[in-house]
Amino acid sequence: MLVSYNWLKNYVDLGEITPEQLAEKITKSGIEVDHVTYIAEKSTNVVVGYVASCEKHPDADKLNVCQVDVGEETLQIVCGAPNVAKGQKVAVALPGASLPGDIKIKKVKLRGVESNGMICSLKELGLDPNYIPTDVADGIFVFPEETVVGESVTSLLNLDDAVLEFDLTPNRADALSMLGVAYEVAAILDQPITLPDETLNITSKESAHDVISVEVEAEDLNPYYGAFLIKDVEIKASPLWMRNYLMAAGIRPINNVVDITNYVLLEYGQPLHAFDYDRFASDKIVVRCAVDGEKITTLDDQERTLAAETLVITNGKEATAIAGVMGGANSEVVGETKNVLLEAAYFNGASIRKTVKATGLRSEASTRYEKGIDPNRVRRAGIRACNLLQQYASGTVLADVVEFDALDRSESIVEVNTNRVNERLGTEIDAPTIAAILNRLDFTFDQAGDDFTVHVPTRRGDITIFEDMLEEIARIYGYDHLPYTLPVGVAQSGGLTGRQALKRMVKNYLQGVGLMETMTYSLTNGEDISKLISPEVNEQNPQGVSLAMPMSEDRKYLRLSILPELLHTLTYNQARNQANLAFYEVGNVFISDEETLTKQPTELLRASGAVTGRWVEHPWQQEVKDVDFFVVKGIVEGLFDFLQIPVTFSPAKLADMHPGRTATLEVDGNIVGFIGQLHPTLEKALDLKATYVFDINLDVLIKKYDGEPSFSAIPKYPSIERDIAFILDDTIHAGDVQALIKEVGAPLVKQVKIFDVYQGENVEDGKKSIAYSLLYQHPDKTLKDDEVEASYQEVVESVNQRFNAYVRS
Amino acid sequence: MKEQLEAIQVEALEKIAGTDEIKTLQEVRVAYLGKKGSLTGVLKGMGKLSKEERPVIGEIANKVRDAITAALDEKNEKLEQKALEKQLEAEAIDVTLPGKPVNQGGPHLLTSIVEEIEDLFTGMGYEVREGPEVETDYFNFEALNLPKDHPARDMQDTFYITNELLMRTHTSPVQARTMQEYQGGKSFKMICPGKVYRRDNDDATHSHQFTQIEGLYVDKNVRMSDLKGTLDVFAKKMFGEDREIRLRPSFFPFTEPSVEMDISCKVCKGAGCSVCKGTGWIEILGGGMVHPRVLEMAGYDPKEYSGFAFGMGPERIAMLKYGVNDIRAFYTNDKRFLKQYHQA
Ligand SMILES: [Zn+2]
Repeated sequence: MLVSYNWLKNYVDLGEITPEQLAEKITKSGIEVDHVTYIAEKSTNVVVGYVASCEKHPDADKLNVCQVDVGEETLQIVCGAPNVAKGQKVAVALPGASLPGDIKIKKVKLRGVESNGMICSLKELGLDPNYIPTDVADGIFVFPEETVVGESVTSLLNLDDAVLEFDLTPNRADALSMLGVAYEVAAILDQPITLPDETLNITSKESAHDVISVEVEAEDLNPYYGAFLIKDVEIKASPLWMRNYLMAAGIRPINNVVDITNYVLLEYGQPLHAFDYDRFASDKIVVRCAVDGEKITTLDDQERTLAAETLVITNGKEATAIAGVMGGANSEVVGETKNVLLEAAYFNGASIRKTVKATGLRSEASTRYEKGIDPNRVRRAGIRACNLLQQYASGTVLADVVEFDALDRSESIVEVNTNRVNERLGTEIDAPTIAAILNRLDFTFDQAGDDFTVHVPTRRGDITIFEDMLEEIARIYGYDHLPYTLPVGVAQSGGLTGRQALKRMVKNYLQGVGLMETMTYSLTNGEDISKLISPEVNEQNPQGVSLAMPMSEDRKYLRLSILPELLHTLTYNQARNQANLAFYEVGNVFISDEETLTKQPTELLRASGAVTGRWVEHPWQQEVKDVDFFVVKGIVEGLFDFLQIPVTFSPAKLADMHPGRTATLEVDGNIVGFIGQLHPTLEKALDLKATYVFDINLDVLIKKYDGEPSFSAIPKYPSIERDIAFILDDTIHAGDVQALIKEVGAPLVKQVKIFDVYQGENVEDGKKSIAYSLLYQHPDKTLKDDEVEASYQEVVESVNQRFNAYVRS
Repeated sequence: MKEQLEAIQVEALEKIAGTDEIKTLQEVRVAYLGKKGSLTGVLKGMGKLSKEERPVIGEIANKVRDAITAALDEKNEKLEQKALEKQLEAEAIDVTLPGKPVNQGGPHLLTSIVEEIEDLFTGMGYEVREGPEVETDYFNFEALNLPKDHPARDMQDTFYITNELLMRTHTSPVQARTMQEYQGGKSFKMICPGKVYRRDNDDATHSHQFTQIEGLYVDKNVRMSDLKGTLDVFAKKMFGEDREIRLRPSFFPFTEPSVEMDISCKVCKGAGCSVCKGTGWIEILGGGMVHPRVLEMAGYDPKEYSGFAFGMGPERIAMLKYGVNDIRAFYTNDKRFLKQYHQA
């Protein structure tokens, strides 16, 4: 909503308050004023002049030499505007004048002819070309005949006006009208309000009933329809002041009839529609729902096909307007229009919203209907428009309004108790103060001591319950005057849940070992949705949840893995010369096996990481190393160790992963994620060097983690270390052997470490040597050599039998 | 003999003084104090002395030996010190060469902000709650006083999945879920951080995905002044003790009265500048008293219980606190951007 400061002054005395100060007051009282802008940059020394003569320039086809009477003198001015003519009253920038855009007017010679000033267009005076009437857009502006020569144009053209741009919340539909704004400002400033002239002198003996009837078939969607008839109008420009206000409000003036409907729309917040009565071609208005597929050509010359629930105004045969949204071209007011049929109606907001959605058409009218209009202003707005049509279109208003009226105009009654107000606000406001606030708001009420029965005017449809009144009282009292207190009630310890604490622990761990946290989008594209999904997620047959109306194909699906987006961030960074990257993200993936969702998908919390480039970068001591599988495995092992959750790694072949360098992670025999190098084909497609990733199901870890580090005594008795190297087939996994040693060696073997892996000289082809270090320890005694030896031999035998391995000597 | 002993002392001390190698010093020690050393030799002749002379000469001899030993020890220490110094000098390295880099990770800026806010409110007794990112229409809208045809639904363009399921547009459904869980019988304080989604085109100030933190306090006799006091504590802790807050009336379907909170501009201290668009204030968050219908729908009796709620955007807070000027930067994950805020 654009609010003209000068226009507002017609209803409320603004005193010495500047537009900026007013904006600040309004903002603090609850309607945010986004900007204060001025209609035009300041110009000086521009006055009304009379073109006494206008002759062709002797040496230039497109120029005219004019003698212009500016009051005290007559100036010779050379003018290039195509529409300049003798007898016009025009805006003249005198020598010495300054115009917007830092233009200074001087006496000059144009093609040898002296020119002492400039005849101005509205654009040259600084008005926004978007709102300048089309008939004067390309030339100079011509004032009405009665304009006084020599007068400054500043106030004539409203050039000093300021416009306050309101950012309205949806509840304040009342401020979509100048009157509503006036009530608001009057309450804020504690000033009375002056209403516009709503009197109507009917001279015509003819009744509107004789020429039109109204029939409404959808009473719930259209509880009130008023038809006014104005005969013998003269279509011309509307008065200058009205055009000025319309331009300030961001509406381009058209002609007097259209301008008056727009002006009253802005003034009352009540949409009106003017039909050309003769082109309407019927003595019957029928309001009904459209027939599915019914067609209408709207004012903008677009043919539109209507849905069955769209409310239309018809002449009994065909649709002549889409109710509350836009009129039809067939009954539009045009230059030749003589008789006007004026509609002032109340349409149901939800119905208009549906129409707007279905047609994609939105207008100043539909916006107001959607948000809700004041039932007590519908007829009054029609009368106001008739008044203006009499004055400015020389129309004859027929007696009577033809109405269909089933409109509920009752006020909301809200009970307000002073103590309850103070209990809720934490204030100590007394009853007289509340009474004063209600008076400022212009709400009527009955008072009995601390109790008020408030009759809320229908213009404030947003106020229906006590809490609504509480806000009205608080905002006029001033939120600034509320005290600062802290809650005195519930004593609650608060804090993080175990799950939240563990999430933080995991993040801190990953950051501590060198990974940077990222935050990527949950929405992904059709290609990435199926990439790098952990096997245990895939087992649930996830269908890839998609949005009904995505903004783009790129962000259509809910991710099933964090990794694809994470990999895009690697590519992004590599393209910017950031080659060494170690990223992780903790977030949800969304799993559902339903093709069409009937319930919410499962949201699984995962920790995913991706590392590429150098891991160790210390060249002057010859320590330079790219990330490899075991760097990332070390990070993952460390995480599980940190959480004291045993994990095993098994070789796996997964789509998009390197077939020989990928493992699944298992806890209690269930897969909880995977780790490995990306498949080189994918690396190439993403323009990445060797990249290692991991993806871990955190929900399982959270359930498994018991939250308390367990106590176990530090061993008192000495441990014994024994090393052992096996020669085994190359295909045997070191981890399987390690697991067997642990199993056989239990309970004396506390720890099994691999300290050497060797292939080459002295080891035959197809074989490898792996050296293990075994740590023996007994909790209650010092182990003897023969006890260790016995266990050692058992281990050697078992490994030999299971893996056909022998001890390397 | 006395003269002989004194001569040995003088001679030995001279030799010790003239020695500058540990090895030579050892030879000096042997030459005087060893089994065949000159002092030992003299002392061997003590047997020939009279009873009266023996203790006198003995005392002198001890003194001479002590003096030589002390001189030897002192010199030895000096020479060892010297040798150590020499060795250490040889071990010197160029300390200006770079150290071995440690891989440094760190949190995302939004995580830092969210955790700071979590810690601030948990310190005031709030629990932290989470909820699903894919929500039902009921919890995202209807339970928050936004029935299907409510005009305010236009304020939040929603990513629907089906007619009933959607990407949550705010974390408020967690409030509704919490109240329902407590079945209208419990007073509580909670905050709920999380990701939310809107049908917005990504640009410098809009993002189709962003984060939000909301807070809710429900109890008997919750006052609007409690909200003001709580937000003031939050603002001062988050932005600095010198910052003032201002509440303005606003509108949210789930609160009544509703507020918008501004904080005084850090740059101009309220005088007005380009950062605050000349107003002296910067908008931070929205909130209000829980709408009675919201309480009612969750099973709380609005005559008995009242509450306040507030909600804020960590992106906006990060942008204000750290001067981030493009919301997309949070989701682009440029390493240089991420690293810059690891200490935030
Ligand atoms: Zn400022």
